[in-house]
Amino acid sequence: MNVVTRGFAGRRRDDPKLPPGQYLEHGFPVLQAGPTPPVNTATWKFTITTETGEATSWNWQQFTALPADDITTDIHCVTQWSKLGTRWRGVSLDTLLDPIVTGAGYALAKSYGGYTTNLPLPDLRDGKAWVAYEYDGAPLRPEHGGPARLLVPHLYFWKSAKWVNGLDLLEHDKRGFWEQLGYHDYGDPWREQRYQGD
Amino acid sequence: MARAAVPGRLSWLAATVREVRTETASARTLVLDVPGWPGHLAGQHVTARLTAADGYSASRDYSVASAPAAGWLELTVQRVADGEVSSYLDDTARPGDQLEVRGPIGGWFAWQPDDPRPLLLLAGGSGIVPLMSVIRTHREVGSKVPLQLIYSARTPADVIYAPELSERVRVSPVTSATFLFTRMTRWSRTPARPDAEITVPAGEPGASDGEPGQPRVSRPPLRGYAGRLSAEVLAKTALPPEFNPAVFACGPSGFVEAASRLLLAAGYPAASIKTERFGPN
Repeated sequence: MNVVTRGFAGRRRDDPKLPPGQYLEHGFPVLQAGPTPPVNTATWKFTITTETGEATSWNWQQFTALPADDITTDIHCVTQWSKLGTRWRGVSLDTLLDPIVTGAGYALAKSYGGYTTNLPLPDLRDGKAWVAYEYDGAPLRPEHGGPARLLVPHLYFWKSAKWVNGLDLLEHDKRGFWEQLGYHDYGDPWREQRYQGD
Repeated sequence: MARAAVPGRLSWLAATVREVRTETASARTLVLDVPGWPGHLAGQHVTARLTAADGYSASRDYSVASAPAAGWLELTVQRVADGEVSSYLDDTARPGDQLEVRGPIGGWFAWQPDDPRPLLLLAGGSGIVPLMSVIRTHREVGSKVPLQLIYSARTPADVIYAPELSERVRVSPVTSATFLFTRMTRWSRTPARPDAEITVPAGEPGASDGEPGQPRVSRPPLRGYAGRLSAEVLAKTALPPEFNPAVFACGPSGFVEAASRLLLAAGYPAASIKTERFGPN
């Protein structure tokens, strides 16, 4: 890389918490491909389906009765913004996966409205991922994925599927919505894995 | 639904500013020569990267405003408060300067010219930019599908591409544009009824860039309404859901959220609505 932009000095707000190519955002931008789907907690259901087709489901009452964590974490969007110290409350995927017997290596998260995204199953375990239903002390708003969204903060934020309603556990990786459109299968912000081939 | 996969690895390409055009008091268009640029689909965006002499760099995503073309593209950049990259592109960049671009990115919010459905385009503020690429592509391929634009801006002076849009509406029998002015209550000629139809003629106050120190740009009449997008305006101006339009909505999150809700309530299927949002809400 040897293109230098004349007259550009930049702001130098380098922060060790900011991955390469990211800038600090104080608001909370919304990224989604279509309208916000209406999701009613009276009919809400979260289902984990294993590679053998075995399904385990929670309704809203059962889900919110599970032990929950308070999480403070940085989030990184592929569109270059990062937001530091965001506060969430949600159920750890360790809790949700605990009763599930599986040998799968991958998961495809699915959402109300048809959105999907793929992740390696180990990235959802060991305290790295949650199904979150509160943001900043209040119920998660619909445009931010409410009533519940996946929260996988160590990957770019499109992996944290909004309006999540289930996981398919798979033996082989299967690309989700943005991944089929050229976005990275893994999406590690610290390695700047934005697009396929990065 | 047709999707354009983005194949292979996206590389950074050197871009040279060929031309800079003032669009409004706070938006400029940069015409960039980009050897090796493959072209794009209307609606897609690029990442622009600026690098300082010592290697520090900053990047942001911008929608492509021009119709697809190999080797060059246009970006229209709205200045954002405290914007590290936008303030450079809007205030400092001049012909001959170099930066880098990477793309095209985003195969979802994209219009394929062979899509036979009519087009309903909803723009909030600088959300017009990727939709302008659709309008220009529609013109360049000689598309016959009806194209309706509903463009919400603060005031007439904030309308980007006003002369080109008016000319397009004038010469294209299938193209229409309706403007909404959300700050028109502060204009002395606001009609008594907030949703009363207004036409801002050229040369009227509010019809040109009157900012001190800014060049006055003469603007043609813009037909539209005072106030925000409403169910009434949508019902009066947009092709109804029975015509099965492909809907593209782009703008600040609040605009897109409100527009999506109005569209769903009016019976447009969720699957027909593609959205692109920017800015925090």
